[in-house]
Amino acid sequence: MVTSHWLYQYSLRVDIEMYSPPVLGKEEIMKSFSIFSLLFLFLLTSPLTAMGVPDGENLRIKLATTTSTDNSGLLEYLLPYFKEKTGYSVDVIAVGTGAAIELGKKGDVDVVLVHAREQEDAFIEAGYGIKRRDVMYNDFVIIGPVSDSAGIGDAKTVEEAFSLIAKAEAHFISRGDNSGTHIREKYLWRKANINPEGKWYKEAGQGMGAVITITDDLQGYTLSDRGTYNAMRSNINLVVLFEGGEELFNPYGIIAVNPERHPHVNFKGATALIEWITGEEAQLLIKQYRIDGHPLFYPMAR
Amino acid sequence: MDNPLITAITLLISGNREVYFIALTSLRFSLTSTGIAAIISIPLGIALHFNRFPFKRAVIAVLNALMALPTVVIGLLVFSFLSRSGPLGRLNLLFSPAAIIIGQVVLVVPILVSLVFSGMSKIDPRFYETLITLGARQGDVLIGSLKEARFVIISALLAGFGRVIGEVGISMMLGGNIRWFTRTMTTTIALETSKGDFAMGMALGIILMVLALLINSLMHILVKNER
Repeated sequence: MVTSHWLYQYSLRVDIEMYSPPVLGKEEIMKSFSIFSLLFLFLLTSPLTAMGVPDGENLRIKLATTTSTDNSGLLEYLLPYFKEKTGYSVDVIAVGTGAAIELGKKGDVDVVLVHAREQEDAFIEAGYGIKRRDVMYNDFVIIGPVSDSAGIGDAKTVEEAFSLIAKAEAHFISRGDNSGTHIREKYLWRKANINPEGKWYKEAGQGMGAVITITDDLQGYTLSDRGTYNAMRSNINLVVLFEGGEELFNPYGIIAVNPERHPHVNFKGATALIEWITGEEAQLLIKQYRIDGHPLFYPMAR
Repeated sequence: MDNPLITAITLLISGNREVYFIALTSLRFSLTSTGIAAIISIPLGIALHFNRFPFKRAVIAVLNALMALPTVVIGLLVFSFLSRSGPLGRLNLLFSPAAIIIGQVVLVVPILVSLVFSGMSKIDPRFYETLITLGARQGDVLIGSLKEARFVIISALLAGFGRVIGEVGISMMLGGNIRWFTRTMTTTIALETSKGDFAMGMALGIILMVLALLINSLMHILVKNER
């Protein structure tokens, strides 16, 4: 043992100073060290390796997804059916679309469920993802206070609505986390020819649920997917002020991480999940999922 | 809207399965990591006390500085090691309980080593002399001082445990907040609050506060007994 070598050398010196602790002999130190290190090694290796090494039939799938699918409760509702059917349990890691795709690129997850078509296509083109399938859609809505101080309720287009918010300098809370919703929001500001800056524009850097909570607190405006808004609407005092139009269409896709890039991924599990979630049973379940009578997502797998 | 505090108390009293599952998960992780850290740190703290070597002061200063390391920095560091693109990626540990435990061990080892070391150095030096004049050999001195320092070691362990059970950065970044798997009390509180749903967060907050109170009273009793 390299570490005990210098300890041993220095421990052999006899200490004759009056008020200092005595120096231990070689045996005591070696003994205490070897017992402890043995125990430590045992403790370290047993639980870790048991969890760490993937065996032939890996029944865990790591799914990186957006906060919208998780905060809306959809996955908690869907995944038990999947487990019952196939035996796979899915570890849901809820982050923004940007972060989910990054986790996929690094091979830290097996499959991603996201909503930002351009990023998805780039992910596949770079060879990180394969087997993309459409899963479902809903739409984005602009939500805000009942009083609608910026008056976007009368806007004809989404660009006009965004312009009105900027002109009124009403609080606008941005996700600011490179998520699918954030990417869409930035796209809409660009389309409206506005560079959102100033005290009224707040980048939260948090998930959809957190941003809606902040928006509610400030009685400001934000862009949300309809699913998360519907899941939260009974707890907040915000209403949909602008909806509809092609720019607010919000499709979700599921993509397996390419096993040629990352040979360790649970590709079998990912494929099973993709096939199940785009299959008849899951599509019907998605259609039937409601909170307080409002549908959150619409199936779109072909 | 219901009063979240009342809902929280109802959750606790009715024995809500998820609340108690999460509390037990947290306890499991924290106890394991404090245990592993203890096995590493107690011998190190003792060795640090009984041995002289070059740069000893520097080592102690570094240890003290590491005590203040933010959990998110540890999270980031361990994340980059455990990620597939990192050096330990092959172990497939990211987003698992093991990842959280590794991070928490890294968090708590410097704290334990420092506390054990400083506790040991507070033992009256005459204690050793008395032992030696009574004919104690070196092994007896080690055992004797361990006995003498047992309160110090136990309160160091409690302090370490308190730090680990209350941290959120490491659990969130390395565990991924996966339901029924790596979701701990602190990450649940963060998540549920962000969803605007306060009841479950409050229920877990109450458990955490009770734990903190328990740990502190235990430490208090220990210190009192020592005198």
